Amino acid sequence: MSTLHTVNKSPFDRPSLQTCLRLAGKDHAVLLFEDGVYGALQGSTVADTVKKALDTVSIYVLGADLKARGLSEDKLIDGIKIVDYKGFVELTVENDKVNAWL
Amino acid sequence: MKFGIQVNEGPYTHEASVSALNFVKAALDAGHEIFRVFFYHDGVNNGTRLTTPPQDDINIVQSWSELAEKHNIDLVVCVAAAQRRGIVDEGEQERNGKDANNIAPGFRISGLGQLIEAGIQCDRLVVFGD
Repeated sequence: MSTLHTVNKSPFDRPSLQTCLRLAGKDHAVLLFEDGVYGALQGSTVADTVKKALDTVSIYVLGADLKARGLSEDKLIDGIKIVDYKGFVELTVENDKVNAWL
Repeated sequence: MKFGIQVNEGPYTHEASVSALNFVKAALDAGHEIFRVFFYHDGVNNGTRLTTPPQDDINIVQSWSELAEKHNIDLVVCVAAAQRRGIVDEGEQERNGKDANNIAPGFRISGLGQLIEAGIQCDRLVVFGD
């Protein structure tokens, strides 16, 4: 049983990403989209938490929402994978459950 | 696979409505079924045909209506959230003695049971918004 966790708000707006990473189970997947993509950047105050989480969960970021904010792929924390909407749909299919951290 | 979608933000709140639209289109492209889209909280503002965005803006309400017609998608607006925000169909207009209605084509007003049913019937329920 695996779960896809979606985070759509910035970690600097509310603590949904931090809560999600604290509670996500081993080998679960996390998708950052909309303002959630800010959590995928190197050098921020949450970057160490995100890096550590990559030991146990897979983290994905929606490419279109990165691009909309002028954020380039080379600013991403190593190990975070970029997906498009097709990939978003596939993640919801591959995982048994989808949990939105609102 | 059968998908249920829940939208909790209005078309001009943040991005949830556009994200949900893009997700629905991608899911349909991949051959999946969209069982229902349930609009809850401020999400009910996706369902008014009176919205008139500038011509060079994406018309989100119209996009939902067109998608619903093309793919026969059930767009359901939560009745309690709709009443509070002035989203009205003919039945609600009559029941509440209002002078007009504004529900957009392809949308219908119903209750939370429709969300519960989507949760039971669908393989996945994906939530967008706040």
